[in-house]
Amino acid sequence: MKLTLKIWRQKNAQTKGNMQTYPIDGIEGDMSFLEMLDVLNTQLIDKGEEPVVFDHDCREGICGTCSLQINGEPHGPDRLITTCQLHMRKFNDGDTIVIEPFRAKAFPVIKDLMVDRSSFERIQQAGGYISVNTSGNTIDANAIPIEKEHADESFNAAACIGCGACVAACKNASAMLFTAAKVSQFALLPQGQVEASRRVLNMVEQMDKEGFGNCTNTGACEIECPKGISLENIARMNREYLSASLKG
Amino acid sequence: MSILNSKVPSGPLSEKWTKHKNDINLVNPANKRNIDVIVVGTGLAGGSAAATLAELGYNVKTFCYQDSPRRAHSIAAQGGINAAKNYQGDGDSTYRLFYDTIKGGDYRSREENVYRLAEVSANIIDQCVAQGVPFAREYGGLLDNRSFGGVLVSRTFYAKGQTGQQLLLGAYSAMNRQINRGKIKSYTRHEMLDLVIVDGKARGIIARDMVTGELERHSAHAVVIATGGYGNVFYLSTNAMGSNVTASWKIHKRGAFFANPCYTQIHPTCIPVSGDHQSKLTLMSESLRNDGRIWVPKKQEDAEAIQQGKLKPVDLAEEDRDYYLERRYPSFGNLVPRDVASRAAKERCDAGFGVNKTGEAVFLDFAAAIMRYGKEVAAVEHIENPSEEKIRELGEKVIETKYGNLFQMYEKIVDENPYKTPMMIYPAVHYTMGGVWVDYNLETTIPGCYCAGEANYSDHGANRLGASALMQGLADGYFVLPYTIGDYLADDIRTGPISTDLPEFAEAEKNIQEQLDKLINNEGSKSVDHFHKRLGKIMWNKVGMSRNEKGLKEAISEIRELREAFWKDVRVPGDYNEVNPELEKAMRVADFLELGELFAIDALHRNESCGGHFREEYQTEEGEALRDDENFMYTAAWEFKGDPGKAVLHKEELNYENIEVKTRSYK
Ligand SMILES: Cc1cc2nc3c(=O)[nH]c(=O)nc-3n(C[C@H](O)[C@H](O)[C@H](O)COP(=O)(O)OP(=O)(O)OC[C@H]3O[C@@H](n4cnc5c(N)ncnc54)[C@H](O)[C@@H]3O)c2cc1C
Ligand code: SF4
Ligand code: FES
Repeated sequence: MKLTLKIWRQKNAQTKGNMQTYPIDGIEGDMSFLEMLDVLNTQLIDKGEEPVVFDHDCREGICGTCSLQINGEPHGPDRLITTCQLHMRKFNDGDTIVIEPFRAKAFPVIKDLMVDRSSFERIQQAGGYISVNTSGNTIDANAIPIEKEHADESFNAAACIGCGACVAACKNASAMLFTAAKVSQFALLPQGQVEASRRVLNMVEQMDKEGFGNCTNTGACEIECPKGISLENIARMNREYLSASLKG
Repeated sequence: MSILNSKVPSGPLSEKWTKHKNDINLVNPANKRNIDVIVVGTGLAGGSAAATLAELGYNVKTFCYQDSPRRAHSIAAQGGINAAKNYQGDGDSTYRLFYDTIKGGDYRSREENVYRLAEVSANIIDQCVAQGVPFAREYGGLLDNRSFGGVLVSRTFYAKGQTGQQLLLGAYSAMNRQINRGKIKSYTRHEMLDLVIVDGKARGIIARDMVTGELERHSAHAVVIATGGYGNVFYLSTNAMGSNVTASWKIHKRGAFFANPCYTQIHPTCIPVSGDHQSKLTLMSESLRNDGRIWVPKKQEDAEAIQQGKLKPVDLAEEDRDYYLERRYPSFGNLVPRDVASRAAKERCDAGFGVNKTGEAVFLDFAAAIMRYGKEVAAVEHIENPSEEKIRELGEKVIETKYGNLFQMYEKIVDENPYKTPMMIYPAVHYTMGGVWVDYNLETTIPGCYCAGEANYSDHGANRLGASALMQGLADGYFVLPYTIGDYLADDIRTGPISTDLPEFAEAEKNIQEQLDKLINNEGSKSVDHFHKRLGKIMWNKVGMSRNEKGLKEAISEIRELREAFWKDVRVPGDYNEVNPELEKAMRVADFLELGELFAIDALHRNESCGGHFREEYQTEEGEALRDDENFMYTAAWEFKGDPGKAVLHKEELNYENIEVKTRSYK
């Protein structure tokens, strides 16, 4: 496959970036998208040019490190996968592929395609936990039976990998889907009830502080989310938030 | 007499840990506030250790190279975590888990550590459930279990195929709670590049801020290394791209002994290599062997036809298939331990029965399980005379709920539907049992420097059983290290903060700066990956699934040559005072090039086959591993002497007082 890549290059957070064009040849369908970028980078290094910087680690769709806006879509054209799981067989010979970083005020660019998602960290630090000591002095695990449906739904929410695609997909750059997934995981479990009010208030407050936009229910986040996190979580968080606010 | 002191407490095996906890020094809560601890690594081991240490009152600094602690490679663990809960009432117990782990490790681990691991395992599950980890449950609301290789009970807890993710998010949430309280300071995108020793004690680290490129000095009263395994010395492995040996190797060069580097686990069920561009290998969880049957064609001509795409596996008649694990190991069948399953796959492929283009793959087939489950569901739902179609449909749903994400992962990578045609799998480097030598307290041979999780060598001997690494990481981090480290720190209550202006910090920083300068200014002609791939090839071909004296000797000299070539000819673009992934890789590969040599030396010196270490010269007539307990029942702990080739061997003899040492048999 022969392709034309248009890639966002930006030296660091202080300088302005721009799109640059790189023709590339010899790409095979079995390569992953990031392996395609590896090929490009090897060629750039061999030519004495600077390779393109992008975030990645596990390369199997679970760590949430990789990102990339590919032809305008976070994690590219395929559904329910991350960029590192995208394979080149989804593209055709002669295609032009536009590759940009995730764009959001709360995700400033660090270099090229790498962005700073520490705003997500701070949202989780604000309350994404159950305040239980880790000494192991707790009750037997089976002393808290949990309905399978609830456990499974909690799991589905907890499957969020914190990649930020929901933010990048949203025209308002809202982090509602991410925050809602975190809130829901605990809200669905009996262990999470005790601190439920405080948790949702603190996490939402932090989310607002970080400069994420408002949710206007466009649903783009759910479509682009690689882990299929459902909009129902947002509805659940709104309910939790409302009842917590009423409690005051 | 060995200079290694394992510091195993006296008394009967089952009472040692309790007794030890009662005997060790404690630090009072007020004094803990004056003590700083550095934890490098935020996977299950580091994350859980950091959370508990902070909760106990110490001031903790954590470091990870990813942009979030939650992205440590523990996140990728799929299948599950063991614990001797005996919820299934199938005869499990602390002793049985201990026994299985020692036997699975081929009698090459320290009895007392393993017993402790089994002892605290049950508590891990309680702890995680309290934290809100959403484990799989049965309809009755209680926790579900599955089986893993090498054991005859169901003791594995899981969360679909994402157990590591859920456990790590649990540890991460515990960390977040402490970050919010100001007890943990989390440094992300920071890579530890050296250990600082003051007056013989570990007192800090040199870390590089991977965004600004700046070198930073961080001091503490003790340093915990929990930086994971070194499987990436093979270039291709199931580890993350950034997984590395640097922290472990740097402390080794500063005096920590490195134990059993050659004990590596090659996992039997991974997606086969598809081409030269391959950057990593993807695991298909061992839990799949609960339901998948492994086979190759019986006849060579059928194998060839399949290789050439002329014959479809589903069209091959039952009697023409060789379910070789069921044939060779009737009592454990498809659930033999990993080392046994991997070698058996290699044996069939080497004999010409492989099933993909390159002949390096075997089938993992779910057709029988789909039909079995389908019939079960049809019966439960009272569907009369269900058609085969219907049964298959019902069965596929069951398989989907159990392994949906793995099947999806497979389909995305291979572009084939594993519900309809058997998966193709092949062994790949997965886990390193070897690692930094530690005593019973998880302390290395450097006072004040501790090591936890996959980075240390303890517990798994020469082969790790499935679902036991997560257990070990959390046992080390939540329940062992936070207490044993107190014994050491009790002497430090009056020390006060350690200054980073000490000459030892300056010296360490200068060393690293010189290395970075050298790499940046090298003006070589080849990329870092070029050297890493070559190292990987040497390791896989000569120090991989089976090894022999000649190959190992060649490997040692080839790695030395490659190391020289690397320093002469590597090209690292960019600068050190900026984001520079090539520079990060170069620093890691430099360390892999040294570790690789020690790895091969260790494999060469161990004239026996045990667990993941298979020496062709030492096998039975049937091709099974042949241990030599008389001469090799010890842990090989290597001391660095200026060059990996000059490493000095120290032996920790292994004594089994509570278990009868047998030839491992899964027949
Ligand atoms: C694909 C896969 C599936 C697995 N499935 C299972 C399973 O089902 N059950 C099971 O029991 N085990 C499984 N394992 C094994 C298990 O996941 C690991 O052994 C375990 O999670 C390792 O945990 P850890 O905390 O020791 O290290 P890791 O989770 O690897 O964490 C390492 C940490 O160290 C940091 N780090 C590394 N180097 C540096 C440095 N120089 N400076 C600063 N920070 C550094 C990293 O940022 C990271 O935070 C699996 C492994 C893999 C690869
Ligand atoms: S909700 Fe989905 S898109 Fe958003 S961070 Fe989580 S996994 Fe990524
Ligand atoms: S690199 Fe881990 S999810 Fe893509």
